[in-house]
Amino acid sequence: MTSATATAESDRPTIGEFFLRAPAVGPALALVVAVLVFSFSTDTFLNLDNMSLVVQQSLVIGTLALGQTLIILTAGIDLANAASMVLATLIMAKLLTGGVDGIFALLLGIAATVVVSAVVGSLVTKVKLPPFIVTLGMLTMLTAAGRLFAGGEAIPVADGLINWLGTRRYLFGGIEITYGMTLALIMYLVMWYALTRTAWGKHVYAVGNAPEAARLSGIKVNRTVLSVYIVAGVIFGIAAWQALGRVPNADPNAYQLGNLDSITAVVLGGTSLFGGRGSVIGTMMGALIVAVLRSGLTQLGVDALYQDVATGALVIAAVAVDRFARRQR
Amino acid sequence: MRKILTAGLAAAVLVSAGGCTVERHWGGNTNSGGAGGKAKVGLVTKTDTNPYFVELRAAASAAAQANGADFSALAGQFDGDNDGQVRAIENLIQQGATTILITPSSSTGVLDAIDRARKAGVLVIALDTATEPAEAVDATFATDNFAAGQQQGAYVKAALGSTPPKLFMVDGTAGSTVDTQRHTGFLSGIGLADGAPEIKGSTPANGDQSTAQQGVENLLQRTTDINAVYTMNEPMGRGTYAALKARGLTGQIVMGSIDGGCEGVQNVRDGQYAATVMQFPKKMAEQGVLAAVEYAKSGTKPSGFNNTGSVVITNKPMPGVESQNTDWGLQNCWGEK
Repeated sequence: MTSATATAESDRPTIGEFFLRAPAVGPALALVVAVLVFSFSTDTFLNLDNMSLVVQQSLVIGTLALGQTLIILTAGIDLANAASMVLATLIMAKLLTGGVDGIFALLLGIAATVVVSAVVGSLVTKVKLPPFIVTLGMLTMLTAAGRLFAGGEAIPVADGLINWLGTRRYLFGGIEITYGMTLALIMYLVMWYALTRTAWGKHVYAVGNAPEAARLSGIKVNRTVLSVYIVAGVIFGIAAWQALGRVPNADPNAYQLGNLDSITAVVLGGTSLFGGRGSVIGTMMGALIVAVLRSGLTQLGVDALYQDVATGALVIAAVAVDRFARRQR
Repeated sequence: MRKILTAGLAAAVLVSAGGCTVERHWGGNTNSGGAGGKAKVGLVTKTDTNPYFVELRAAASAAAQANGADFSALAGQFDGDNDGQVRAIENLIQQGATTILITPSSSTGVLDAIDRARKAGVLVIALDTATEPAEAVDATFATDNFAAGQQQGAYVKAALGSTPPKLFMVDGTAGSTVDTQRHTGFLSGIGLADGAPEIKGSTPANGDQSTAQQGVENLLQRTTDINAVYTMNEPMGRGTYAALKARGLTGQIVMGSIDGGCEGVQNVRDGQYAATVMQFPKKMAEQGVLAAVEYAKSGTKPSGFNNTGSVVITNKPMPGVESQNTDWGLQNCWGEK
């Protein structure tokens, strides 16, 4: 009896433990609160058109953030993801201009981001360089490469397949969706499944949490980390496709803040920058929180700079919560 | 966590409730789509911090107020932020704007969103920068950048007189429409072809003062035997001046620029460069807003390219080149005086 009571008491999680076990709950609550606040404070926020727009506006960053989540789960970080994506959009656009079929342009664009991520992953695992430094260098190189490759010019893209993700369709009740929204949802579900229901996913968490312990328990740490970078590379390539679906124009100057925006979404989604803890569902919430804030505050007439202040404050708050939760454990 | 996040959101809402926005917010009780003839004008600039766009925004805001139109201003986060501009257009359509005035970051980057706006019955006018194709918008109110470059080129040519030019070119962002038009206009005005041996060096500086200074410092390592410099805008003109001054070369060089910001006109008055070509963002914004008001009232749309003009400002007038002095320039310039 006594031991049963003791077990029941120790099973009741503290607040910190609760958020450690379900890191997406906090972001989901924040998202709901934000939607409610803007629904009551503006006439234009709460309608199907606007809800669809908010999701569309979060797609590219949301996809970049999905790959970023995987990398951050291994206690890494990718500062070059948006630059890699922009380079892929330019490659796709140039190939299309040269008369290459859409499908080959798409695959070669994705191949480019995979190569970039594989190089980063190799330098991190084999040469043991810090991910921050490797991707910082890569960011500089890729930005310059993009500008050189495009000759500084933006290239319009008009191709059925490449623009397909931006195609709008109407469902029942006038709900506007794009194929890009559907694809993003599928990608998030696949990654959620891979991370929570497969051995690979458990290895990713283990490697991020305690690499030495993971190694001692027989997990091939380097191989797992490299596989994460390669999967993220595929996702960044798909982000390039999303970007050209949304804005059919490959511009070497675009998405200069995409890397930071993706980290913002990951952090707001409750994934720990120290690795080993977090979820892709949280990241989805994080990306949506940013889009909801931007849309809602814009409709309230708040200056964009104050929107940045609000978003920045939320990021700091989210990291503070992470520290708090860890201390509670 | 909930507490902290809620507090963050509350802070965000407080910021908005405090009315920190610099622009007037839409009236909440007006019907969308211009019913009742009231214009709802949305302005989308490339960024919201560049003084040129600040001037454009202030002028549009004032014109909207004077004409009883609602006004809202949005912007991209950086030059080249097409996605940010698309987002802005979408939000303006969502809020029932009757007219969108836009300075497109890339002449082709936001065409899809502009098309959606026009299909939704919104009048779309390009300010300052034309789209490609120009017909993607209903009308354009802008400086004829080729003509502005040509005026600068003609002035530099006249100032050099019979001396053959030995020229440095400090360009903007490589490949941008405005950069290309001013660059080719200048060469046409001075009477040179791209790649001519008279061009002793060129450097792209993305419109940035420090990049221009660094670029020209590097060019001067190659040769100091020059007598003319083209700069694509005034911040780059200032950077170029700093590099030339460090080498003691300012006396032998005729330098021109384009913009007509008050700081630039003052630079001309101080003798940093010989001439600048003034453009008129205020006129662009006012004409755009007036067109928006007319559209809401009568449904009449403007069309085509509407040149808002450009004027050479110099205190050393040259025969054959129409110009105004810096007194006139300081009265008509844009930005902080």
